[in-house]
Amino acid sequence: MLSRTADHLYWMARFIERAENTARMLDVNYRMTLLPQNDQQIQQIWRSTLLINGLHDTFSQRYDRVTPENVLKFMVFDKNNSASVYDCWRLARENAHAVRGSITSEMWETINTIWLELREQSFGKQDISEYLEWVKYRSHLVRGVTLGTMPQDEGFRFVRLGGFLERADNTARILDVKYHILLPDAKDVGGAADYYQWGALLRSLSGFEAYRHVYRDLITPIRVAELLMLKADMPRSLHYCMDQVYEGIQQLGSHHTWETERRAGELHAQLHFGSIDDIFQSIGLHEYLTLFLKKINALASRISNDFLLPSTTSSFVLE
Amino acid sequence: MSNFYNEMYQHDGAVRPHYREYANWLKNIPNHHLESRRAEADTLFRRLGITFAVYGEEEGTERLIPFDIVPRILPAKEWADLAAGLRQRVKALNAFLTDIYHDQNILKAGIIPPEYVLTNNQYRPEMQGIDVPNNIYTHIAGIDIVRAGEGEFYVLEDNARVPSGVSYMLEDRKVMMRLFPELFNRYAVAPVEHYPDLLLDTLRSVAPQGVNSPTVVLLTPGAHNSAYFEHAFLAQQMGIELVEGRDLVVRDGFVFMRTTQGLRRVDVIYRRLDDDFLDPLVFRPDSMLGVPGLLSAYRAGKVTLTNAVGTGVADDKSIYPFVPDMIQFYLGEKPLLNNVPTYQLRKPDDLAYVLAHLEELVVKEVHGSGGYGMLIGPASTKEQLEMFRKKILANPSNYIAQPTLALSNCPTLVDSGIAPRHLDLRPFVLTGSEIRFVPGGLTRVALQKDSLVVNSSQGGGTKDTWILEGESVC
Repeated sequence: MLSRTADHLYWMARFIERAENTARMLDVNYRMTLLPQNDQQIQQIWRSTLLINGLHDTFSQRYDRVTPENVLKFMVFDKNNSASVYDCWRLARENAHAVRGSITSEMWETINTIWLELREQSFGKQDISEYLEWVKYRSHLVRGVTLGTMPQDEGFRFVRLGGFLERADNTARILDVKYHILLPDAKDVGGAADYYQWGALLRSLSGFEAYRHVYRDLITPIRVAELLMLKADMPRSLHYCMDQVYEGIQQLGSHHTWETERRAGELHAQLHFGSIDDIFQSIGLHEYLTLFLKKINALASRISNDFLLPSTTSSFVLE
Repeated sequence: MSNFYNEMYQHDGAVRPHYREYANWLKNIPNHHLESRRAEADTLFRRLGITFAVYGEEEGTERLIPFDIVPRILPAKEWADLAAGLRQRVKALNAFLTDIYHDQNILKAGIIPPEYVLTNNQYRPEMQGIDVPNNIYTHIAGIDIVRAGEGEFYVLEDNARVPSGVSYMLEDRKVMMRLFPELFNRYAVAPVEHYPDLLLDTLRSVAPQGVNSPTVVLLTPGAHNSAYFEHAFLAQQMGIELVEGRDLVVRDGFVFMRTTQGLRRVDVIYRRLDDDFLDPLVFRPDSMLGVPGLLSAYRAGKVTLTNAVGTGVADDKSIYPFVPDMIQFYLGEKPLLNNVPTYQLRKPDDLAYVLAHLEELVVKEVHGSGGYGMLIGPASTKEQLEMFRKKILANPSNYIAQPTLALSNCPTLVDSGIAPRHLDLRPFVLTGSEIRFVPGGLTRVALQKDSLVVNSSQGGGTKDTWILEGESVC
């Protein structure tokens, strides 16, 4: 298939996934601020959302204060914020539009309809929780339509590759920043704050029930990290995402793309064989996640060069 | 009754035979039912994203082309006559282009003044002496036809470059069948859905010599082009790649597309991009839409472009008056379709006449299209007439003028109910190893009362066009 087509499919999937994760993250903030706490804590929670996306400067240029309302406006509806849910969907739809001939008409109609509905939304028009839930379910809908209608061909693999790469990145970012905020005084560990706050994080990543099922125990930060990073059967964990990414690259690759495949495999192996105690004791969670994000980004640019936007000089001619 | 020909009603108010079934059906349909079907059609078109971008409006503005639910019906006999005329006309246009880019006999014979062709900015000297497969230049032609009376058809314009609109012909039919399946039981409507198959077959038949299993692609200017929906639609229907200039590269004299698996050779390019943008090395150097080196690969016969480069010289409005002469000259036949009498303002006599009768005439720019830059005398104010007079005097040879035709009209669902609106017809004629077309075309309808401009860029809409099979109804 055309490299450009693959590029559009890949980015279409990434933006849809990103919109979903932004909604999930805002949802967890919203839940957390419903818990009893002081203004400073609330501020910190909303500020974290901006930090995750590296948007603090852009935000403060346009809004005078970090308030729940301002951050929600900025992250959901702001047309000038390229990371807002609105803009992610605009870009997703634009990418889909560019390859509407290469996706199924059900996919195109679904994405186009979501975009048309989304354009009608504005802040305060409806309950924000309900709205974030709606965004999340639109993502589920597209995924379902894709699985149910798209031939399992090369194009489909690029859609999956984009989606899982984005999810790995997003999960790592959410965990990193939340951990930074939530990591309590040593004396609080196991307290009620853990239950509610880490519980909210788990819920936002659809991991609350899985946690209960896997650990059948109190919620502790280290186990939350383990679940979201290393558990192979948890669909939003880094390990699961890298399973999918590695498999996708193996299927798409050829001997020209070996180095990319090797790096994906290496990253996958670290998660596959890693232990949470090692991570915490030898390098530290924050450092580990920072490094992971760096590697994910390097991998993404290798994928771009190998498959999506190859320069003419590196291209080879098919017989 | 007005003095316009109505497609549905005779002059005495009786329903024409081929519309009788429809009129009976319509009588029993409550008005709100039609309204709700129309709303349903709008939803369908919007959800499918069948939109077009309008130039001159805010970027990214997408509009629906209004779709009218009253079909335009033509009996088999009328279509048969039209079809023969179309075949003849397109054959002559291709013969003319072959001649112009080789021996130029028609110029030598004094039938067309040489400067009309050679100084025309649509004439491409780069094509002189170049052979193209089967001597076909305009593989896809959209011939605009209007009716002024019973059996009285005129060709308004030959679109020999990159005619668009065929996707609306196909989508209109699809929507019509979804909304009114019962009507298709009452009428034997000739199918048009196989157009993409015919098109693909046509494109494959003009591949460079020696290529057995040609790779065909559709070249689009991109998602922001007004006809992008159609480009994506046709590529998908034909199962070919939809490429942009940046997806193609010329190497070792051949054209390749960049795929995830490396470079793949391309043999036929159905380009929906004007000549000027095709190759920055030859035409506009600032074009980011084309492919550097494409023209040299084309001239060397390594790739086929459809339509060929330089076809604009055949559909230019200054050449249009000579098409009947071409038919005589190349085919030795009498033209089956009428031309609209045309005044060429580069001729002093014609200029004088037109300036004296401006308020009766339609004046068009020679190179214009899409209904932009034209004057409709009877519908213009004094100021508009004066302004246009100045424009004409500044550069007379840039204009032609035609009498205002009494375009036929057809009942159309508008806000005030069903009322007559003017329309035209654009059938699409395909030429590869043979001339073929589907029975039908795009019917465009002017939605403003009394308006004679049907272009979608000027607020026109479309109708499904029904060519009846056999003699079933009439």
